[in-house]
Amino acid sequence: METTLPALAERLARALGDEAVITDPVRLRTYECDGLTNHRAMPAIVVLPESAEQIAAVVRECAAAGIPYVARGSGTGLSGGALPRTDGVLIVTSRMRRILEIDVPNQRAVVEPGVINLDVTRAVRPYGYYFAPDPSSQQICSVGGNVAENSGGAHCLKYGFTAHHVLACEIVTPDGELVTLAAGDPGYDLLGAFIGSEGTLGITTKITVRLTRVPETVQTLLAAYDSIEAGGTAVSAIIGAGVVPAAIEMMDALSIEAAEASVACGYPPGAGAVLIVELDGPEPEVAAQFAEVERLCREAGAFEIRIAADDAARALIWKGRKSAFAAVGRISPAYIVQDGVIPRTALPQVLASIDALSAESGVRVANVFHAGDGNLHPLVLFDDAEPGAAERAEEVSGRILDLCIEHGGSITGEHGVGVDKARYMPRMFSDADLDTMQMVRCGFDPAGLCNPGKVFPTPRLCGEVPGVRKGPHPYEGKADIF
Amino acid sequence: MGGPLDPLDALAKVCGDVRPGEPEEGVLGVTPRFVAAPGTVAEAAEVMRVAAEQGLAVIPRGGETRLDWGLPPGRCDLLLDTSRLDRVIEHAAGDLVVKAEAGLTMERLAEVLAGRGQRLSLDVPLPGSTVGGTIATGAAGPLRLLYGSPRDLVIGLTIVRADGQIARSGGKVVKNVAGYDLGRLFAGSYGTLGVIVEAAFRLHPVPSAHAYVTTRVPDAANAHEAVQGVLHSPVAPSALECEASGDGITLGVLLEGVPEGVAARATRVADLLGPGADISHEPPAWWGAYPDGTTLIEVTAPPSALAEAPAATEGTAPADGAALLWGAALAGVEGCQVRWSASGKGYVGLTANAAEVAEVLARLRTTLARHRGGAVVRYAPEGVRTADDVWGPVPALTLMRRVKAQFDPEHRLSPGRFVGGI
Repeated sequence: METTLPALAERLARALGDEAVITDPVRLRTYECDGLTNHRAMPAIVVLPESAEQIAAVVRECAAAGIPYVARGSGTGLSGGALPRTDGVLIVTSRMRRILEIDVPNQRAVVEPGVINLDVTRAVRPYGYYFAPDPSSQQICSVGGNVAENSGGAHCLKYGFTAHHVLACEIVTPDGELVTLAAGDPGYDLLGAFIGSEGTLGITTKITVRLTRVPETVQTLLAAYDSIEAGGTAVSAIIGAGVVPAAIEMMDALSIEAAEASVACGYPPGAGAVLIVELDGPEPEVAAQFAEVERLCREAGAFEIRIAADDAARALIWKGRKSAFAAVGRISPAYIVQDGVIPRTALPQVLASIDALSAESGVRVANVFHAGDGNLHPLVLFDDAEPGAAERAEEVSGRILDLCIEHGGSITGEHGVGVDKARYMPRMFSDADLDTMQMVRCGFDPAGLCNPGKVFPTPRLCGEVPGVRKGPHPYEGKADIF
Repeated sequence: MGGPLDPLDALAKVCGDVRPGEPEEGVLGVTPRFVAAPGTVAEAAEVMRVAAEQGLAVIPRGGETRLDWGLPPGRCDLLLDTSRLDRVIEHAAGDLVVKAEAGLTMERLAEVLAGRGQRLSLDVPLPGSTVGGTIATGAAGPLRLLYGSPRDLVIGLTIVRADGQIARSGGKVVKNVAGYDLGRLFAGSYGTLGVIVEAAFRLHPVPSAHAYVTTRVPDAANAHEAVQGVLHSPVAPSALECEASGDGITLGVLLEGVPEGVAARATRVADLLGPGADISHEPPAWWGAYPDGTTLIEVTAPPSALAEAPAATEGTAPADGAALLWGAALAGVEGCQVRWSASGKGYVGLTANAAEVAEVLARLRTTLARHRGGAVVRYAPEGVRTADDVWGPVPALTLMRRVKAQFDPEHRLSPGRFVGGI
């Protein structure tokens, strides 16, 4: 007999306890979207498990009933990766926030998936360590979410992404079994495949993270330029000199204006671009390289350079950058945060093309980017009260991604594909590419119940000959309605 | 109309360089029926398509430096030789990215990159290794501590599937989370999922200065203390290695950076290591090489495992440095050599019979399991290899088999070479 959603909710309540299962529409509404709020879907059931065994039990029930499920950490994702299914279960890890082990001799810690990113750093800081991935949402995002999205952050230029800082994950497979994937174990690097799979290969229940030694010193400067081009010249000079900064960030005039209006960060007036360069590491190393970076910034035409004398001054420099996304709300009623990547050297051309696109369409675009690795975050501004404005903004936003692809880049550097960009995947990858990636999914989740409808525009029919697909996924249509 | 084409003729129709295999080209004693050396990715895809039509078992071959690793193939109809796929496709120096074909040797790649002051931050323990082979075996050396292994540095991969389809993942930008990362999945997959034909890597500038700080330590307890001292200090070493043999234990620390920084950091490391520490521009002789011996065991052993004190009852000979590491696991084994890296990877080299190797493996696995580590036989003489459980426990084997079945449903790619008979 087919299991209905109400019957499943009853079974889950018996397994997890009544207080761990939500079916009340008012309470369900809390979970209808993640950080990408223009996609919404009310889940049929939300569960709040407290252990790996409970997650495994939920997955087994879903598998037996043929009901789809989606995992959610803190819900800060920006691509709708944790968008629920109206016909499914949302598994929320917010009650799994224990740091299970801190192993200083081996420079690692073991945490539950709901642990907040910054809480790992807070816990290990007394030992002189931190957890390196630092997405902007690190005060609220979960480590489980970081694993799903392979999160980066401003400092991934030097330190890499979550994949470089996770040594093992205990996961619940779509069969409902608990398995540990560890970097050092013999066999395929399934851990490597799992990280960044956006919750489509299983749910992580325990994560062993690598801890990074707190650098002895950090030096930060802010350089102001007349134009983005001049700032870009400085970036090229720094990279060309063989320096690997911890971070290089750039903001254009419009995003500076927004940050100024929002947090009064006090950036040099009249700047067409500001560059933030941060070096960290052993003191003698940083001292020598920082002097060179300062010189290169001046040579590229900086009209003002500020060097942070202490942590407070450094926080002030970062304040404008970190507030940039939210700040554009001050200068525009609505906006789209785009996330694309280009080869760093293509920056001037691509920015010129974005300018042209903006001029031609009349849609304003503020640019904030991780300049060191070519990760652009254009903020496409529009007035949602104006008929057609949202569509025009969406059009411009999509064309920016086309520019990224044309220049050999990527449609996402850190926000993920999720539900938002699945339709762009065929612009970057061939059918064979996507089909091959989905072989991994078919190995893990042949029934296609684990976060379906994400990452891939068309699910592969598992167990069939390569190349054969189902018709358009019903979800695609739904996503447009929301 | 004639019957189906002879495999050699069918291969020759799509690839300019096809011939019968020779006994000396055997993979662990299994002679290939044919060898094909495609000159382009398209040709490689055609070869794989023909192999699929003909039901041929295929083993990719690069520089032949690790074809004797793992287990013998169940069969080998076709060696797919990548030596003609040896081009640097693009070195985007300003982007610190290179894209190359799989058959390019790591040395040649390094030469090209050095011309622009850059490097792929992977050591090459075995000269002649190719780009594809390095990825397929997940090979790395001392620099693994700071830079990781191929799975951490590959940013884009092109493979040819068992059915001859060409597939790409990643791209040529460092920061990219679009789609699954097949680069990590294929790293260390030993040719069992597909044939790697092109790869893009992230690069690093060649540091302008470097120094090696080395010291001798009397026992494992001292080695552990010294390693912990360096790891928890802010000197940021690029590598931290430990060598142990009959002569005792030596530690080596590699520092890289700008001249004034390296000089100051080397002095600090020397202070940490105590009197007798030596600072040199040159690496110690054993640096980055696998230990000697007819059997090579790779271990996963985090730093804490160094503290394993020899079991009192085992009667460890104090003079044998190798026996001092990982408790008594190596006690009583003649001529045993150990290399261990603070990244948690290590190697044990020994020349011993099947029973002795089995005993060492069992002891290593018992000891290292306490530290979530393990031991795998990389190569061993025929009689020794078959007597052992080469891979040890494989926790996620069921999932691995399912992934393998998706990529290679007919089990024609390097059959039997990998874990669990994959």
